[in-house]
Amino acid sequence: MKGMRWTKKHIISINDFSRDEIDFVLEKSGILEKKLGSSSTSSLMNGKILANLFFEPSTRTRMSFEAAMKRLGGITIGFDHPGISSEVKGETIADTVRIVSGYADLIVIRHPIEGSARLASEYSDVPVINGGDGSNQHPTQTLLDLYTIKKEFKSIDGLDICIVGDLKYGRTVHSLASALGNYDVKIRFISPQELRAPRQIVKSLSDRGIEVKETTKLNLKNSDVIYVTRIQKERFPDPQEYERVKGAFVLNLNSLEGIRENAIIMHPLPRVSEISPDIDATKHARYFEQAKNGIPVRMALLCLVCGIKFW
Amino acid sequence: MEKENKVLKIKTIKNGIVIDHIKRGKAPDVLKILGINENFRDALTFAMNVPSRELGKKDIVKVENRDIDTSEINKIAIIAPDATINIIKDYRVVKKEKVALPEQITGIIKCPNPQCITNKEREPVTSVFIVKQINPLILVCKYCEREISSGILNYIKAP
Repeated sequence: MKGMRWTKKHIISINDFSRDEIDFVLEKSGILEKKLGSSSTSSLMNGKILANLFFEPSTRTRMSFEAAMKRLGGITIGFDHPGISSEVKGETIADTVRIVSGYADLIVIRHPIEGSARLASEYSDVPVINGGDGSNQHPTQTLLDLYTIKKEFKSIDGLDICIVGDLKYGRTVHSLASALGNYDVKIRFISPQELRAPRQIVKSLSDRGIEVKETTKLNLKNSDVIYVTRIQKERFPDPQEYERVKGAFVLNLNSLEGIRENAIIMHPLPRVSEISPDIDATKHARYFEQAKNGIPVRMALLCLVCGIKFW
Repeated sequence: MEKENKVLKIKTIKNGIVIDHIKRGKAPDVLKILGINENFRDALTFAMNVPSRELGKKDIVKVENRDIDTSEINKIAIIAPDATINIIKDYRVVKKEKVALPEQITGIIKCPNPQCITNKEREPVTSVFIVKQINPLILVCKYCEREISSGILNYIKAP
């Protein structure tokens, strides 16, 4: 698309993306998914090396990037535990990235410190993709969430979306809500009073003309997308309060009564108890497919930032 | 006539700076930015809630025998975006400049988020805040994306 520059682009925050850029990634992810299916491989990234720098443990994000790279014919190097990186010897993130950018064609970084990926991009000669920086950003998760929604409904515009759970601290929720601000959607935030969405997010959506409602009642009717997140015990100073609240936000077969025929239930995973396993077999469950969609979306991003055209 | 009297309430200075058009109530914050406290020995005059055509009401600060540097001007721009700085030499205004809020504020504000990379001492990084909105002022940390909109003075690094 005109005006878009992808080669050597760093993927740090969903807030750096325009709607056109998001739509472009979603469209190209669809092309790759059709082309490669979920099991075949290609040689698009032959000879390319991806460095996975995971300064905190992650299974799904790291494996998903690794699988995406390998399906494209590339190889991966890196570490997935800070204990084996030079950080334990006192090396800065900036130095680690400077060195690794001399070994690899692109870097995926996950680090618990917020803003670490932005800093990494300033010291890297090769594209950096943020695989999660503390409670700040996880842009590829947001893109795969949007891809899942678009794949299901063909268009994101016009949808009613409810987001349930920990809306105060949940990183995926903040990024998703902010990305949805680019579309013509209605958003309902459902959470315990203590875990309401940050005011700045609600205000910024309203300022962009999005109809936003907030409620503490788990009413899932009239929604196309039901996006569920985990409520973490450690967020509550009073354990009894946690127990009281937790039960009110668990989805089971009863809570699905009266929901729209074509409604889908999403979750960034891992889930603990907020979605009852009974729901897995219903036609509404999409969370496992959502996780799987991480592969085509990450494949598309890997190719785009390396300047590899596949369409 | 009445207007003239009000102007006369503030004594002219021989050498120093006059900071005018300060947002009402912000004069004490300007003094803090200039590092002026009880140990300051030169003449200092300040007026608060003075009638102003542009601002309705404004504050004014006059400091004898004091110069001002770019870093201080940038800090004043954050809390008083309409302020003008007058440099006085021998009772005459030799330089007059309006403060300007840049699009990015570098190295002046400490990010309030303890988990932000800019608060990690060993990394080679300077704090950068992006001006998201001017009135009321909203700043966003370039790194951790935390927004600050109130109590910004508390985050301005000490002189």
